[in-house]
Amino acid sequence: MQSISNNEQPAEDMTMDVDRKHRSPFQLSMRRFMRNKLAIAGLVVLTLIVCASIFAPLLTDYDPEEANLLMVEQKPSSDHILGTDSSGRDNFARLLYGSRISLTIGFSAMLFTVLIGLIMGAVSGYYGGIIDNIIMRVTDIILALPFIVLAMTIMALLEKVTIGLFIVIIAVTAWPSLARIVRGTFLSLREQEFVLGARAIGARDSRIIFRHFIPNAIGPIIVNATLMMASMILFESGLSFIGMGIPQPTPTWGNMISEAQNIRVLRYHPEAWIPPGLSILITVLAINFIGDGLRDAFDPKSDRR
Amino acid sequence: MTLKTTESSQFEATKEVEKEILIDVQNVKKYFPIKGGVLKRTIGHLKAVDDVSFTIYKGETLGIVGESGSGKSTLGRLLIRLLDPTEGKILFQEADITHLTQRQVRPYRQDMQIVFQDPFASLNSKMSVEQLIEEPLIVQGRLDRNQRKARILEIIEKVGLRPSDRQKYPHEFSGGQRQRISIARALVLKPKFVICDEPVSALDVSIQAQVLNLMKDLQDEFGLTYLFIAHDLSVVKHISERVAVMYLGRLAEIAPKNRLYENPLHPYTKALLSSIPVIDLDEDASKVKREKIKLSGDLPSPANPPSGCTFRTRCPQAHERCAIDRPELREIEEDHFVACHLYDNK
Repeated sequence: MQSISNNEQPAEDMTMDVDRKHRSPFQLSMRRFMRNKLAIAGLVVLTLIVCASIFAPLLTDYDPEEANLLMVEQKPSSDHILGTDSSGRDNFARLLYGSRISLTIGFSAMLFTVLIGLIMGAVSGYYGGIIDNIIMRVTDIILALPFIVLAMTIMALLEKVTIGLFIVIIAVTAWPSLARIVRGTFLSLREQEFVLGARAIGARDSRIIFRHFIPNAIGPIIVNATLMMASMILFESGLSFIGMGIPQPTPTWGNMISEAQNIRVLRYHPEAWIPPGLSILITVLAINFIGDGLRDAFDPKSDRR
Repeated sequence: MTLKTTESSQFEATKEVEKEILIDVQNVKKYFPIKGGVLKRTIGHLKAVDDVSFTIYKGETLGIVGESGSGKSTLGRLLIRLLDPTEGKILFQEADITHLTQRQVRPYRQDMQIVFQDPFASLNSKMSVEQLIEEPLIVQGRLDRNQRKARILEIIEKVGLRPSDRQKYPHEFSGGQRQRISIARALVLKPKFVICDEPVSALDVSIQAQVLNLMKDLQDEFGLTYLFIAHDLSVVKHISERVAVMYLGRLAEIAPKNRLYENPLHPYTKALLSSIPVIDLDEDASKVKREKIKLSGDLPSPANPPSGCTFRTRCPQAHERCAIDRPELREIEEDHFVACHLYDNK
């Protein structure tokens, strides 16, 4: 037994060694991520939800926006798996199509926020000086205002909130926190010797930012962006729930739950609001698991091999 | 003894013939502003490099020695314009590069490179060895893709790495190996002048000699000129032809290596030399020659240096004049410069 394990051990080590060669730190992080069971579970769940939203037309025949006043607040039946809402729209169809809106808003708002935050933070952290001062004071002001109230105020002033507008409003109010993270990372990178080394070979600012700063700051950016996506889905749901978000008849999980503001629906039609509620919970949880997994994967100290 | 003199005179004779100035440093100063108060106004200056002049000849190695905080790294970075000098003039091959913008300096970067101290911090960990070594070539943009690949292979072999290492990442290497990557990165442009900013002080002693020998070999092969920065005299002795001693942003002494090690003039140099631990088998002789000079106190703050001679606060031979007059660097013997009032009469 002893001799067998002794023989096996070096062989395994050698394959490990060959395997490990030529892996960039990013690839190593991804491998660490793949070994995180909770994060993979989150990824699988999220993929399923994304698939359901993409293939929604195949999963249901109903138009989620088509009202049918003859079929108001129906109990679940073979025709309507989750019943119908107060306007006679099919709840199951709304649940599926609603995921499209929630995910689109979560993802695009995150992407847009990251874009603004990255540019602002990069400029601020790289150039410093007066530009840095101006950008940081702007973030101070935006951060001093409560995010939800600010976004709600802007939306209240607008006549009709479209999805595109909603995304822009979220991005405009949410970028400062990401800009600060990027700036902080850039400030610490600026003092590193390899950046001086890049200057010494005559690299331009753009090259230093894109080839040296961003690859080294990508970890915190990805982690925060992922967690931000979860909070943006929650934010959209919350606003839609209180009627400040995407207006009816467009289905979103948030405005589906808002049906439950009616005490009758709350009490006698749990099938109308529990599924969207659970969907929000599961989606946010899945994304947060992924975010946590990424955080561990990008933190070299978490590498316990 | 006779052998030695002939050797050194021969050496000097050959140098006389090809003494071509590569870098001329004239009264260079670098003051970092110290900001304070609510309005961040400049309330003082940190004199990192204070009025330093010297020349570096083509093909030689000039060692610069000093304690941490003496301004030697700052000086190195000034010479290749990673920092902007406050005052003075820097001539590279007779071209004034003192006030060039970063864009204007870019073509000169081909000819002057730097190897940093910390091989873990000076390489971008997200880039493979090939990307790291290729980057200078891409930035300078003189070669096409195939020429670049060929050049990388050539330099990788020269610094003692294997061609298969190209696809690896810095985290897969030891400190010594990483320093070889740094050297390859610096030399791939075929520069004329390389600043070695304590390239071996972060390495294990057993690796130090390897890397130093590699640098020496590469110098011979490519005809490089080195400015070799170190904090102790023993490493510098191995590689330099001339040695300069820096103290608090100023040059204390500069001389050919043998002259400096055998006949140091400045009290600071003497103290530094006496602090090198040696295993001397001939005990009696060593007792006579080497008296241990201990320096008391710490390096004074470069923000508030002592008046007159900056070394006077720790100098065992300080007298009244040292507090009043700042000693200038003067040539006491041929090629032997010292900034000390003890030699005023010579």
